[in-house]
Amino acid sequence: MSPLNIKQGSTSHSAYDLRDPNGDVIEQHTLAVLVDNESGVLARVIGLFSGRGYNIDSLTVAEVDHEGKRSRITIVTRGTPQVIVQIKAQLGRIVPVHEVHDLTVEGPSVQRELALFKVAGKGDARIEALRLAEIFRANVVDSTLESFVFEMTGTPEKIDAFADLMRPLGLREIARTGVAALSRGA
Amino acid sequence: MAQVMTGAEMVVQAMKDQGVEVVFGYPGGAVLPIYDAIFQQNDIRHVMVRHEQGAVHMAEGYARSTGKPGVVLVTSGPGATNAVTGLTDALMDSIPLVVFTGQVPTFMIGTDGFQEADTVGITRPCTKHNWLVKDTEKLAETIHQAFHVATHGRPGPVLIDIPKDVQFATGAYMAPQKAKVSHYQPKLKGNIDAITQMVEMMETAERPVFYTGGGVINSGPAASQLLREFVEATGFPITSTLMGLGSYPASGDKWLGMLGMHGTYEANLCMHGCDLMLNIGARFDDRITGRIADFSPNSRKVHVDIDASSLNKVIRVDVPILGDVGHVLEDALRLWKARGRKVNKPALAKWWKQIAEWRAVNCLDYKSSDTVIKPQYALQRLEALTKGMDRYITTEVGQHQMWAAQFLGFEDPNRWMTSGGLGTMGYGLPASIGVQIAHPDALVINVAGEASWLMNMQEMGTAMQFRAPAKQFILNNERLGMVRQWQQLLHGERYSQSWSESLPDFVKLAEAFGCKGIKCSDPKDLDDAIMEMIRYDGPVIFDCLVEKHENCFPMIPSGKPHNEMLLGEADTAGAIGAKGAVLV
Ligand SMILES: Cc1ncc(C[n+]2csc(CCOP(=O)(O)OP(=O)(O)O)c2C)c(N)n1
Ligand SMILES: [Mg+2]
Repeated sequence: MSPLNIKQGSTSHSAYDLRDPNGDVIEQHTLAVLVDNESGVLARVIGLFSGRGYNIDSLTVAEVDHEGKRSRITIVTRGTPQVIVQIKAQLGRIVPVHEVHDLTVEGPSVQRELALFKVAGKGDARIEALRLAEIFRANVVDSTLESFVFEMTGTPEKIDAFADLMRPLGLREIARTGVAALSRGA
Repeated sequence: MAQVMTGAEMVVQAMKDQGVEVVFGYPGGAVLPIYDAIFQQNDIRHVMVRHEQGAVHMAEGYARSTGKPGVVLVTSGPGATNAVTGLTDALMDSIPLVVFTGQVPTFMIGTDGFQEADTVGITRPCTKHNWLVKDTEKLAETIHQAFHVATHGRPGPVLIDIPKDVQFATGAYMAPQKAKVSHYQPKLKGNIDAITQMVEMMETAERPVFYTGGGVINSGPAASQLLREFVEATGFPITSTLMGLGSYPASGDKWLGMLGMHGTYEANLCMHGCDLMLNIGARFDDRITGRIADFSPNSRKVHVDIDASSLNKVIRVDVPILGDVGHVLEDALRLWKARGRKVNKPALAKWWKQIAEWRAVNCLDYKSSDTVIKPQYALQRLEALTKGMDRYITTEVGQHQMWAAQFLGFEDPNRWMTSGGLGTMGYGLPASIGVQIAHPDALVINVAGEASWLMNMQEMGTAMQFRAPAKQFILNNERLGMVRQWQQLLHGERYSQSWSESLPDFVKLAEAFGCKGIKCSDPKDLDDAIMEMIRYDGPVIFDCLVEKHENCFPMIPSGKPHNEMLLGEADTAGAIGAKGAVLV
């Protein structure tokens, strides 16, 4: 809302109250955007978000069709329902954008993120880290006498939870890929 | 067999194949090969401007007055950055342009080479799309795609950045028919269920209003024709945004005048009080809506737009219709006729009675004077003396622009060129030249403010060189009038920097450029002076000295609803609160 408290939509004394009843509700949505993998396309998408003041919680991109030169951009964003609709319409306007899917509303979807954790420690902390990693099905991809690098795939929440557990055990660094997502079913 | 040619030759060949007749441009190191190719042919005319911003506004005037895309050619670095204001202007007002920029050779990109700028980076947010072409083999196809994108869907400016080595290298030319444009095909037909819903609403509406915008004009002359037929057949009142003037004739009896911040009393009160709003190709701009929360509180709203992102962007509507105005109007009119041409006659009669009362307020009235030229009077005389002529009007930005919209009547689309969305001072003079180049025998007049006009006055040289007899009708109030008005109403009459100081002698300036200068300060001389301007065979700079402190009314202050309009000086005391002052 602007500092002037100007609300979107018409007033409540309108015969046809067009105010969005969810106008102030902030929702998180995961969007899959299929684009031509041409130079500058990511800049266009990111520039749209920064230029119009939209939020990006996470963004991943890679070419998914080498022959057709298509990339898939997965964006996790948040905003009021009206803003989410705007974001999709604005994305759809970008010339090299072919499809925009809102995985949050188009039915169930799976969301996965990959993360690497560097945990340094000795003694009990080290053993505890390894035990927790097993529970979380994290793989050890590098180890020295003082450190591990764990690799884990999961929902962002699972990765957050694992990071919280590792913190007191000597967590040094995290690298996260951001969310990749697909709708469930055929 | 595809023809093999240099990249520079491809640019010229592709322009020819796209039907380009004239290019507005300015040479420089990075486009010399293209200029060489232009030199060696006679099909495409090149209009050599004095500043790249001028080239883009000329192309806008050309495009807006013909319905064809405007074409611009400029060099790298400063040539490209000078074009940025024009690109943004064209994007905001949906004007189709194809802009070619030179670039340093591919092997120098990224080295901060001489006159290198990240042109596609700089212009990404101010073009509909842009391309950096690094391979001559792809150049022709890219140019054809660029013309397609600029002119399809919601029109807009596109830019093609061409490194110098790509211009020199040779490759196979691709004809327009072969270029791949299949992916970008915006939907033209509207959803028929939604159109039916709109027609049903029209059949029962008690207080309907057509609210039309630039989309009607962009859709083409047929859309204006359909709109006229629809308005006449239904008997609904119609208003338009600044950008849509001319799609319905100002002489029509259903015409309410322009709406919005400086729109008429009757248009704005119709918008406020209607029960059915038919938005045809407009975009609920903040100059139109005023305070969103109080915008047309009792109406159901239909919105026809070719751009999905315009629908439900600022105002939530009951029936959004995604499609081209012409196509949707055609379907709607056909449906409405097939269903028996129904309207709610008794209710409409009452609505028109109400409108007649609003009209009787005579909101454009002003205090006339025998001693000084009132700007409104000057425009009334200009209107009367040019009536029926083959006339095109451009404007600069400020009070004069709003008065021109209020006091000049437009009978046809594509006759009115003004910078609406961006409000670019300096637009009108080059735009008038672009219009004149497209319509050499027409009467083209730029209604200007003295401050705006100075921003691109170098283009008088272009007007002279290319014999574009565009008339510069300057309403000279020796003030940044619109700024002064806001300072008077919003900032306690503290007139900070809103004087036009040290103005040139416009008559001498005209002489210096080699054209005609006319000065007029007495209302009694005005008619003769205007006739002298019209009759002169060549460009004219008309210095019309007008009342310095006239305010433009009606005015809906920022942040106010339509029904809190200021009609004249008497209404202004304390009219704008601190909250409104924050808005622009
Ligand atoms: C490039 C640019 N700079 C600043 C402004 C802000 N502005 C809007 S109207 C105006 C004054 C215009 O003065 P003038 O051209 O003399 O027209 P008048 O209002 O006096 O008729 C200014 C400075 C603008 N619209 N464009
Ligand atoms: Mg002025």
